[in-house]
Amino acid sequence: MFGEYLLYQVYSFFLAKIMSNSTFIPGQPVTAVVQRIEICKLRHGDNLILGFSIGGGIDQDPGQNPFSKDKTDKGIYVTRITPGGPAEVAGLMMGDKIMQVNGWDMTVVTHDKARKRLTKKNEDVVRLLVTRKSLEEAVKHSMRAPNNQ
Amino acid sequence: MDTESTYSGYSYYSGRSRGSHRHGERSRDRHKSRSKDSRSEKSVTINTPPAEPLLGDSSVRGEQVQDDNWGETTTAVTGTSEHSLSQEDIVRITKDLEDSVGLDCRRYFTLTLAVILGLLVFLTPLAFLVLPHLLWPEKLQSCGTACEGLFISVAFKLLILLLAVWALFFRPPRAGLPRVFVFRALLAVLVLLFVVSYWLFYGVRILDSQDENYQGIVQYAVSLVDALLFIHYLAIVLLELRQLQPCFSVCVMRSTDGETRHYNLGQLSIQRAALSIIEHYYCDFPVHNPALLSASKSRAAKHLAGLKVYNVDGPGNNVATGLAHSQSRAMIAAAARRRDTSHNELYYEEAEHERRVRKRKARLVVAVEEAFTHVKRMQEEEQKKAAGDVMDPREAAQAIFPSMARALQKYLRTTRQQHCHSMESIQQHLAFCITNNMTPKAFLESYLAPGPTLQYSRDHWLSRQWTLISEASVTSGLKDGGVFLLKCVDFNLVVTAKKIPYIQMSEEYIDPKSHKFVLRLQSETSV
Repeated sequence: MFGEYLLYQVYSFFLAKIMSNSTFIPGQPVTAVVQRIEICKLRHGDNLILGFSIGGGIDQDPGQNPFSKDKTDKGIYVTRITPGGPAEVAGLMMGDKIMQVNGWDMTVVTHDKARKRLTKKNEDVVRLLVTRKSLEEAVKHSMRAPNNQ
Repeated sequence: MDTESTYSGYSYYSGRSRGSHRHGERSRDRHKSRSKDSRSEKSVTINTPPAEPLLGDSSVRGEQVQDDNWGETTTAVTGTSEHSLSQEDIVRITKDLEDSVGLDCRRYFTLTLAVILGLLVFLTPLAFLVLPHLLWPEKLQSCGTACEGLFISVAFKLLILLLAVWALFFRPPRAGLPRVFVFRALLAVLVLLFVVSYWLFYGVRILDSQDENYQGIVQYAVSLVDALLFIHYLAIVLLELRQLQPCFSVCVMRSTDGETRHYNLGQLSIQRAALSIIEHYYCDFPVHNPALLSASKSRAAKHLAGLKVYNVDGPGNNVATGLAHSQSRAMIAAAARRRDTSHNELYYEEAEHERRVRKRKARLVVAVEEAFTHVKRMQEEEQKKAAGDVMDPREAAQAIFPSMARALQKYLRTTRQQHCHSMESIQQHLAFCITNNMTPKAFLESYLAPGPTLQYSRDHWLSRQWTLISEASVTSGLKDGGVFLLKCVDFNLVVTAKKIPYIQMSEEYIDPKSHKFVLRLQSETSV
């Protein structure tokens, strides 16, 4: 129920290679600054809900995604957060791109597969790796600060 | 007659007329015009004093400058006076009818020429076949079966030629055109030359030498008939087919009220194009109604009547050229400065007129519907039983006409169409509608809006005489941007021709297999 904000010290050896938030070079592994978020599912009647909505997928139209920087990005994005739900409590924000769910990759999946990975009935907790633009800004700030000291 | 013309003392029209009733009117009007001097409804044309007369020409000067009684020497022109036929007009029309005998002479002349040419053409092959038998029957070789076969073919080809010529040329003439029809003249000359050359050859090589080979002569006659059939084909192409493909778009505008129509014509000479345009005019344009034009004329006249120009400088003014110019400029400047409320009047007048027309129309529709309910078609069984009171359509129409006559007449007066429809024609139309089971609305349609000129009675065909005014020669073809005028007694038709542009089309091939689609959604799932 708490998110760990991994500081630049842990990922600093990646920073030298990171130029943008997430670089997409076809054929190369994707690099990004990510935040690990752990959400505990809430039991609501017969269902286990997480409290947010997703959009995107490789079978969807990426041009209509309002949150993506690159309009060809077919990743899974968080489009809505239920106020007071488990996702909001865990620190998930609207516009986040989900990179991994419980170790499973979410950058190249169909919309339905993404939904299934998030709503497995036998799991109580999902551990997401999400990325957003403000993460990169914060990392850049922190990069500069120790250099100025 | 409804004429409201006011003829002043020395008006142009009355000066020329010789009827006796005009004299009485003239003396009466002289008294009237003096009293009406100051009223603004009297429409006058202002004669600006002329340019400086020649120095020393005292007689002319005296006549023109001392002309103070201009109130009596101007013409009052009103809208409806154009339709009044004076005695003099009738004399003029009868004289025109007599003069047109010249035109008929020309028509008979061309007709006789055509008949002579036709007879020549048909009798020539027969003459070719018959003459050897008449002139040297002993020397002639007997005709075998091939020869007889050729006889049959000559007979049938002549029959086909006869039918084809009858179909193409023996049609009632549509019109009399000002100049000769160029293509027909050329074809006639061609046929004449052709036949003459065949006769020459026949005369020299066959008659003189008295050829015995009869089969050759028959074949020669067959070749003549074949060639005539080909000339007839040429005639079809030149006279009928060439102008079918649309090449020009002509815009026809009536000068009095601006009614415009557009037609597509092929490559025609100007006179033929004018003929086809006049035929379209009779079918498409609404009938010319001069009563509708009087409003704008009276407005224009009122505008002029508000200004009076006086020449304060005496006759000794030497500025000759600038005088007329300065006068007109002063008039225009005064008109611009004056606060003009005529647009206001026009607006309210038109709104009032619209309202009045609609009210009358409502009354008319109700009256006609009521009238039609009184008349019922009798059934078959009833016809045998009922004896009295059975009417034919004409009597039925006369029976129900009085109940709607007043409303109809009022409506026609309001829309100024009353001279287009006579009582007789209305009753006839009513009988026609009753016979054909038409509804009241169908009966009224022909009175609610002006129809094409052909629909009305023959009086409105006064304009059978049209004049073609053109800068280019009327036998030359239509050109892009060409303009010509068709003048008739009441109005002009201004015709402008524009060429239909050349169209460059290219193709693009699309493989049917390339029609593939994907579904682009943006769905949102809540987890």
